[in-house]
Amino acid sequence: MWKLLQIELYKISKKPRTYIAFIAITAIVFVFQFAFKADGKAYLDFMAQDVTDSFVFDKSKAINGYFMCYIILNTLLVQVPILVALVAGDAVSGEANMGTLRLLLTKPVSRTQIILVKFIASFLFTVSLLVWMAVTALFLSMAIFGVDDMIIFRSKGDVSQILQITKDDVMWRYFAAFAYAAVALTVIASLALLLSVFAENSIGPIIATVCIVIVCTVISNINVPIIDKYAKPYLFTSYLVGWKGFFYINSTDDGETLKGTMENWPAVRNSLLNLLAYIAVFLSATIIAFRRKDILS
Amino acid sequence: MAEIVAVNHLSKQFNEVHAVNDLSFSVNEGDVYGFLGQNGAGKSTTIRMMLTLIRPTAGEIKFFGKELYANRNEILKKIGAIIERPDHYKYLSAYDNLSIFAKMSGIKVTRKLIMDQLDMVGLADRSNSKSKTFSQGMKQRLGIAIALIHNPSILILDEPTNGLDPQGIADMRNLIIKLKKEMGKTVIVSSHLLSEIELVANRMIIIHKGKKIAEGDVSEMLDPSNTVVLVETTDNTKATSLLSAMPGIHLTHTTDDRYIHISLDKNDIPQTVTQLTSAGVGILSLRPRHSLEEYFLSLTNNTTHVETFTNRTV
Amino acid sequence: MKKIISVLIITIAGLHSFAQDANVLLQTIKQKLDKVNDYEASGKMKTNVAFLKVPVANIKLYFKKPNRLKIKSEKGISFVPKGAVNLNMSGIIGDDSYTVLDAGNDKIGNTPVRIIKLLPVDDNSDIVLSTLYVDEKNQLVLKARTTTRENGTYELEMSYGKYAAYSLPDKIIFSFNTRDYKLPKGVTFDFDDGSEQKKPADNVKNKKGKAEIVLNSYTINKGVDDAVFK
Repeated sequence: MWKLLQIELYKISKKPRTYIAFIAITAIVFVFQFAFKADGKAYLDFMAQDVTDSFVFDKSKAINGYFMCYIILNTLLVQVPILVALVAGDAVSGEANMGTLRLLLTKPVSRTQIILVKFIASFLFTVSLLVWMAVTALFLSMAIFGVDDMIIFRSKGDVSQILQITKDDVMWRYFAAFAYAAVALTVIASLALLLSVFAENSIGPIIATVCIVIVCTVISNINVPIIDKYAKPYLFTSYLVGWKGFFYINSTDDGETLKGTMENWPAVRNSLLNLLAYIAVFLSATIIAFRRKDILS
Repeated sequence: MAEIVAVNHLSKQFNEVHAVNDLSFSVNEGDVYGFLGQNGAGKSTTIRMMLTLIRPTAGEIKFFGKELYANRNEILKKIGAIIERPDHYKYLSAYDNLSIFAKMSGIKVTRKLIMDQLDMVGLADRSNSKSKTFSQGMKQRLGIAIALIHNPSILILDEPTNGLDPQGIADMRNLIIKLKKEMGKTVIVSSHLLSEIELVANRMIIIHKGKKIAEGDVSEMLDPSNTVVLVETTDNTKATSLLSAMPGIHLTHTTDDRYIHISLDKNDIPQTVTQLTSAGVGILSLRPRHSLEEYFLSLTNNTTHVETFTNRTV
Repeated sequence: MKKIISVLIITIAGLHSFAQDANVLLQTIKQKLDKVNDYEASGKMKTNVAFLKVPVANIKLYFKKPNRLKIKSEKGISFVPKGAVNLNMSGIIGDDSYTVLDAGNDKIGNTPVRIIKLLPVDDNSDIVLSTLYVDEKNQLVLKARTTTRENGTYELEMSYGKYAAYSLPDKIIFSFNTRDYKLPKGVTFDFDDGSEQKKPADNVKNKKGKAEIVLNSYTINKGVDDAVFK
């Protein structure tokens, strides 16, 4: 199994498309950093327009590495599913297209093992994307913008909030958030892998994955009671942004934040469990489908 | 020679289509076994079932006396395959491709092993080139290297000459002969061209629309004593009764209104003609089928006929 | 008619003498305040605004005559209410451009207080009305309510301790009006954890904000660098 995984990772590392994702992330992060370095205060003015009427706060301190990473992740984690699908959607279908799938399957390795290895490889790819994001969006931003308390703009239903987390209370939240994001993106990877089994070229599963994510995200964001009740809990996209839960710091009734706390850990934990369940379902379906599949390519 | 492959009552149905229908045959150790059929006859489906790529609807496949699906990994270690095209990872070098498939075959991989194999197929000096830069012939040779790297005892080659130029086809033919004669391998090779099978195989099966039409020794099928002749006479009924009474002549086919199909020793043809004409039956035409190609066409043009040369009892 | 006139005269005269008393009281307080040229104090600020979830901030308060005041956070970011520049009483009673009105007596807790209203002379002044609740005995302003044109009403409640001699409070509760905060639409994809929203406490429901500042260790009249007010 370890040998197979090494082979799979070697193949991924040699594929040019693998690096598209890293280049895309780097480009997006650099654009953000450049824009905020040049004119970050305008963004803060826009986000905090009503607040600046009655409060004064040091905006140059507010635009710091922690804040930057949150802003970047906020945007980037919406796009990264596409990048994950790019590799996971190609895992089986790409081999079918190239003709190597049938050769692979005449080797003394079980189909279950092949899928597990491809799944683990997709997972590791996802993790490495996130590590790269941590390096560029978090650590590089910390180097460029410095470190200070973190300001978060949040809308919760009809209510908007500004949360402040002291700088010594931020790092663990990022580690937790990145770990959560790894699980969330692995759901996308396992969905793409599942679709990949049914296709003989990689474009189909990649586009299908992205379409499913878009459609479900749109449904997840329609605020209609009937959808909230009957659709949202069953859509994995409802849980993708759960990483933010680690930054929703708990506060006392009179608004004093409590260091080291989360407002709603059970909700985040349940989201995490939901995502893990999705991974289990998608992966099992992939294994079953792949084991039954007649290789006609 | 010991039976090394046994296929019994193998069937595969895709929805309503019977791609392979109750197919049975066997391959002996050291055979070059030809798998002959037109495109869509069910050759590829059968070969893919033998490689566990397609799951049979019914039937049984045994290698070395063991059921294939129950002993999949153990059996596949001893099989090498080229399926239609010699595919490999285009973005990897020849060395990497070979190394990957060798590792997957479960053997210990050394640089020397890989380089020796590349040397054998004449690709040693291109070991670091990405395979997408290779010519069709080089790709074919890489495919062969991949199929042989783990020293399998059985080679399964599905339409190995597809897309090759005449030189490539000749190279492939020589390789198959070498595999059998010098390396003692058992080779199962499929083709839709009988001329290819004729040149390399010692035994063969002909299938059509998923069914076996004939199976036997190629030498026997090509044997002059078994020449098939299509006779057209002025009175086919009378001629049939006369022919059936003659010693050494077998009536092989009786549903054809125009021709009487007989098989006989080629040397007996003049005498047979004399006997028919002296009995008052005029000969309108006489069409001997000399090559297996003709025979193949004659059989596949009529699908209801099943003939097994080795077990023929007429 | 005579009676009415005499009553009126007495009343006006009385009011005038009350106002004079109030003026005297105010002058006394002012003199007390004048003893302080500058100070620097450190303390903690706890902000209570519906939309703001922030930790207790460690702050430094700087003051310099006539009415320059600055709140700086010692570390991290702090949200300082804009009206807090009037935290020091000199901001309210520093100049003499107002009419003093005596509005009688009241009690804050158990302490009897004198209520003094200040009406700006300048019609265009941002401040419309200031009401002071003064502890006459100790000559300290316990509460001040200021109504402005632009920023609504804000209120200071002060309690004194060690620095009462300088009229410098140990604790200030600063109440102010805030606007409702709304994030621009569509800029965040937020995680909806499905929980019910916490009901905001009553005092913040009506868009009132509160900042509770506890000060200690004043450094008085030791000079404050002008740079801190920039």
